[in-house]
Amino acid sequence: MTRTTNPACRSLEHVVSRRSLVHGIGALGGAAGMAGITGHGLGLCGGLAASAAIAETVRAGGKRVLVIFLHGGVSQLESWDPKPGTDTGGPFRAIPTSVPGVHVSELLPHTARQMHRLSIIRSLDTRNGDHGRGQREMTSGRDQPAPLDYPHLGAVVARTSAPAGFSLPGHILVRGGGGGAGTSAYLGPRYAGVVMEDGQPPAHTARPDALSAEADRRRSLLRSRMNDRFAGRRRTADTDAYTQSYDQALDLLEQRHVFDVSRESQRDQDRYGPHEFGRHCLLARRLLEHGVPFVQVNHSNYDTHHENFDFHIEQLGEFDRPFATLIDDLTVRGLLDDTLVCVMSEFGRTPRINDRYGRDHWGTAWSVVLGGAGLQRGAVIGRTNANGTAVEDRPVDHGHLFHTILRGVGVDSHGTFHVAGRDHPIADPAKGPIDELLT
Amino acid sequence: MSEPPAIDPTKIREVLAHKHGRPLVSCCWDPRDRFICFGAENSAAEGYDDLLFRLALASAGTPAAVVPCTGGHDSWAWSLAIAPDGATLISGGYDGRLCWYDLAAAAPRAARSLAAHDGWVRCVRISPDGRWAASCGNDRLVRVWNVADGSEVSRLSGHESHVYHVAWRPDGSALVSCDLKGVVKEWDAAGGACRRDLATAAPLWTYDKQFRADIGGARAMAFRADGAQLALGGMTKVTNAFAGVGQPLVVVLDWTGGEPRLVEAKNSGNGVTWGVAWHPAGFWIGLAGGGGGGWLRFFKPDATDDFHAFKLPANGRCMALSPDATRVAVGMADGSLRVYALHA
Repeated sequence: MTRTTNPACRSLEHVVSRRSLVHGIGALGGAAGMAGITGHGLGLCGGLAASAAIAETVRAGGKRVLVIFLHGGVSQLESWDPKPGTDTGGPFRAIPTSVPGVHVSELLPHTARQMHRLSIIRSLDTRNGDHGRGQREMTSGRDQPAPLDYPHLGAVVARTSAPAGFSLPGHILVRGGGGGAGTSAYLGPRYAGVVMEDGQPPAHTARPDALSAEADRRRSLLRSRMNDRFAGRRRTADTDAYTQSYDQALDLLEQRHVFDVSRESQRDQDRYGPHEFGRHCLLARRLLEHGVPFVQVNHSNYDTHHENFDFHIEQLGEFDRPFATLIDDLTVRGLLDDTLVCVMSEFGRTPRINDRYGRDHWGTAWSVVLGGAGLQRGAVIGRTNANGTAVEDRPVDHGHLFHTILRGVGVDSHGTFHVAGRDHPIADPAKGPIDELLT
Repeated sequence: MSEPPAIDPTKIREVLAHKHGRPLVSCCWDPRDRFICFGAENSAAEGYDDLLFRLALASAGTPAAVVPCTGGHDSWAWSLAIAPDGATLISGGYDGRLCWYDLAAAAPRAARSLAAHDGWVRCVRISPDGRWAASCGNDRLVRVWNVADGSEVSRLSGHESHVYHVAWRPDGSALVSCDLKGVVKEWDAAGGACRRDLATAAPLWTYDKQFRADIGGARAMAFRADGAQLALGGMTKVTNAFAGVGQPLVVVLDWTGGEPRLVEAKNSGNGVTWGVAWHPAGFWIGLAGGGGGGWLRFFKPDATDDFHAFKLPANGRCMALSPDATRVAVGMADGSLRVYALHA
């Protein structure tokens, strides 16, 4: 495809946001839609083509990332770093896992049997107890507040790992509560997260009932002919982008089935369970199988200032079986070798149990879980002290995690994006990957 | 023999403050008035022999003596019951176990420990005649045990969510249970059949749509002495489950039916009713604890509001009435067990 000159923006990537185009489908042909796209271009573009060096260093080749975001801040003590029998440990016990010597909370019996396929980082020290800041830091890998808006991990993965010509959104958020729209920042709206609210297909991707298939076909044909006629005389990057946005929208409409989890077998739906998180995990499997480079599934909520233990029984009771089933399925289907999985929150929870049986916000010593793609499996990185109040070994933060995830899917996290005449380091240049976690 | 004191909750005063150090989670008063037993959160030292204690009630001028009850749970002892003859303490824990102790032993050690529920044992209560113990838990079951030998008498299934509490009718004729959703069932304890669902205590349950979680259940349950009313304690009007923003509530059900009566703690702020007891002088006692602090509340059987409320120095988590009904013990989140006289 020819990409012609535009004095403001040379890149279609910046002017074509799948989300904006999808949202614009309801107003097909509207001049406002065109103006909106152009406006983005004028404001942000300037030639996003990643440097040749980046392209060469991206070995993604179909690699994918799945983030399970436990909103509100899951308790590390009730999940990945139990401290039973201590003053901070709470009432739950630790159980052995499929990795000899590694224990997790008894609230995760199914996940425990998958731990040989996953690794735990028990030494996150992010020094933050604010929800919004934690969410941004964990998904952008940058300290906040920052002088610049940094792209969400999903945008970076979509930008670096989506195969050429990939016609589905590269960055999808399956939102079951919790926020997080997945900003693409300077990478442009094409890489912004497409939200599947409560697991429903992206908005406006179904043909309205009032519009017959034949009428729709004829309308598209008319638009196409008019576009061709116009392009024959006054073709620009903007008109190309405009045309491509329709083509992509049509592609998306034709692939709407990808977002329909009810097409999975009844047996699989039963295995994942009837509740929301189970459906969303099965949907994540479906999206990953269709090659979507980045999928985030939110599970809400873990912000348990009150009755932490009751709520962790309930929430992790929902999480445990579907998540373990998903890991098992990714393995059996050969996807885990190319899919990096990360279970994260915005922070952990206080070791101290408050007077309402709750735990409060805590970013000083907590845990995340990673696995798949180019990561070690069955490893435990870092260590907290006996009652979990401090990191004793290998402190890391969101910056190190961001590098590690990207390296795990073959991206040189020390590389840069070249956007609008500026080099933007892909990840925080002051940090680096957790090397011992990489294969 | 001296006259019993005139009960007047408005004259409530502290008569004992035992500083245990770790937050308390459960307490129970010996029917023979020798001990108060209590469960607590773990201490800093790793181990499980510091979770359950027996405090000997001292005579005047003698310091209270505390000994641990060992060899039982490897998690918090969440619920305690002592047989009417004072011989046996039974504890139920987060570890799903029930443990039996000889309460009079110099150093009580679990004589029997059995796996009672898959998951947390939320409540254990001994029948008025001392023969049976009923327990309930997160496996949605109520189970009845022979106190003498620990054998199972019956297994009562029918609840569809975690079972939070059980209570025996004072004449022993019935066993009742309440689950997370506020469903209250009456059981034939021996035969295992559900006789009926009582009027629902649904105001105790909320599904928080923002946080996508259930909050509810009876955190406390007690019959009036004549068995004519059943009181259930919990939380209502929840606007933020995870921050505990809601009102402490007692739901009073008439045994013969009719609409539940709701007794809200209008002046004690956010929290949960963690304890409820019938006082033979003719009033209910409720223990509220949460964001609004700890409160003892007193209300009449036909009222919808307190006639008196007493602010506690810390959040109360558990409550027990003395056998002579002159005192009430409160286990607190600040690590203290405090006893209050209900008279001048």
